[in-house]
Amino acid sequence: MSGTSANGTSVSGTSVNGTPANENNDKSTRSTVNRLSAENVTLAYDQRVIAEQLSVEIPDNSFTVIVGPNACGKSTLLRALSRMLKPSQGRVLLDGHVIQSMPAKKVARTLGLLPQSSIAPDGITVGDLVGRGRYPHQGLLRQWSTEDERVVRESMESTGVAELADRYVDELSGGQRQRVWIAMALAQQTPLLLLDEPTTYLDIQHQIDVLDLCAELHEEQGRTLVAVLHDLNHAARYATHLIALRGGQVIAEGAPADIVTAGLVEDVFGLRCQVIEDPETGTPLVVPAARKARTRVAAAEASS
Amino acid sequence: MKVMDTPAIRTSDGTGPRTRRAALRDRVVRTPGGLSVRVDMRAFAVVVALLLAAFTASVVLIGTGDFPIPAVDVLRTLMGNGDAGQEFIVNELRLPRVLVGLLVGASLGLGGALFQSISRNPLGSPDVLGLAQGSTAGALVVIVLFSGSAGQVTAGALVGGLVTGLAIYLLAWKRGVHGYRFVLVGIGVSAIVTAVNGYLITKADLVDAARAVVWMTGSLAGRDWSQVWPLLWMCAVLVPLVLANARGLRMTEMGDDVSYALGVRVERVRMLLMLAAVLLTAGATAAAGPVGFVALTAPRLARRLTRSPGPNLAASMCMGATLLITADWAAQRAFGADQLPVGVVTGVLGGVYLLWLLVTERKAGRI
Repeated sequence: MSGTSANGTSVSGTSVNGTPANENNDKSTRSTVNRLSAENVTLAYDQRVIAEQLSVEIPDNSFTVIVGPNACGKSTLLRALSRMLKPSQGRVLLDGHVIQSMPAKKVARTLGLLPQSSIAPDGITVGDLVGRGRYPHQGLLRQWSTEDERVVRESMESTGVAELADRYVDELSGGQRQRVWIAMALAQQTPLLLLDEPTTYLDIQHQIDVLDLCAELHEEQGRTLVAVLHDLNHAARYATHLIALRGGQVIAEGAPADIVTAGLVEDVFGLRCQVIEDPETGTPLVVPAARKARTRVAAAEASS
Repeated sequence: MKVMDTPAIRTSDGTGPRTRRAALRDRVVRTPGGLSVRVDMRAFAVVVALLLAAFTASVVLIGTGDFPIPAVDVLRTLMGNGDAGQEFIVNELRLPRVLVGLLVGASLGLGGALFQSISRNPLGSPDVLGLAQGSTAGALVVIVLFSGSAGQVTAGALVGGLVTGLAIYLLAWKRGVHGYRFVLVGIGVSAIVTAVNGYLITKADLVDAARAVVWMTGSLAGRDWSQVWPLLWMCAVLVPLVLANARGLRMTEMGDDVSYALGVRVERVRMLLMLAAVLLTAGATAAAGPVGFVALTAPRLARRLTRSPGPNLAASMCMGATLLITADWAAQRAFGADQLPVGVVTGVLGGVYLLWLLVTERKAGRI
């Protein structure tokens, strides 16, 4: 799939020379297929370019996980998909519209984001914080409907924080706090939900907790989830669609069972490993090669 | 959305505490047409109490002076049933002064709450950011360089405040204005403008210098109806505008990413409210001089009373008005009519409060 970006480049290149109709057709069919996609986007902070001519489609009703080494642009891609970062070239489409041109609240009713950094205001309770997720559904004269109340209650119940409703967010543990933020994003009731490293800073039990919750949201409520994850094994176990990035380019995408191989892991992460079957789920399990084995290979390569 | 069973996570009904809390704090008024308004009962009670306090202090303040008038007579005169002498003193001399005090206090309280919320920092108030100093510079230029009239001084102060606000915003701008940069840039601007002010004073002749110093202390003495009307118009336009955007502002306290994801047009809300805050502060300073520390203390005191997160705009506004009127009354009561400008009282009280704030912030590890 590394050809995707190259194809994208050539398509936009030729369109200037007189095949715009073709290209328009191509795009309209694409956007009706999937609700969220990035087309030939160039992503940069000031002058620092993170990714060029990157094209990604998020399959509807998938649990898509983006993986890749540090600084490969995965969080940047997520920021672009959630309109936090405006591409310097190309466009991000949501339901066939350029996402930046859509009304802010309308986007917020369709696409939710759980960013890496969020600040709980001083002295806010769990119930209040989750309630703030209803903002895009509210207005000056529609501040707190019975539906708001119901959705907030259900969001807290499904994330297991209902009993904490009266507690202050500052006094919660990291795992509880993360679930409160997820509850807030759920209360937003968006069919698409983007999560930027939702398991960072959590211990293994809470990591699995959060991922189970995501899987449930995906399976039982049919939401489309896009998450950036660090742990390749978590990604392989939970994702239905995996996107592997390196240096701002898509190296491979597809179902984990189809694409996660020792070759791919070495290609993307530069790590020698074995890929075996996860005894619990049958999904690919990446086992890094032992230090001795890796050094032996490196030595052999050096001497040859 | 259906409620589902969550095996991995502790389940609970969880409705008990939530309803109990809702019954304690929030009242929701709903109409059959689908309209709903949510009122924080504690904040509402605080606002009502502060309004009552401001009204009482105003009545007492109108009765205070070289010619004391009992509160009952003040009320009767305000209703239009007083004798001619009292009517003149109350309606022409003292009422406009009290109204200027209320409006200035309210503007400073609201402006301070906006600044502190935008900068996410209790120190990010107009006193610290140098807006008052900017207004002073504007006034001093008119007094010292042009020996302008009172009206021109007011205009100069307004322009000075607006220019300073704009300068801080532009200097602190880097893909959005952020808390610490905003405060630091403000402190820098404040230092520069203070130096300019010092220079202007040294250039002034004795009469102008005396006039400048009186203006710089912040005083309500001699304020009349011509100061009331512009302030009233400013508040009538800005207060509803600010309150209409309060919900968006409350969201931005959770960080730009979260509020943006929730559909708040962060930069637009921030720019609009910043402009309103600069206008409110500059307008208040132009009318009464740089009355110190009301903008710094009122929002924090209001929050202590409401115990509610968020900018607490209405409560801060009422707190500002109450504080300023009470300070003015205390000044007149303790030192006699117009012996002590109100700015000195708020300065002393606010200075003590600032020290306390710095100590507690330091203990909490925030600075």
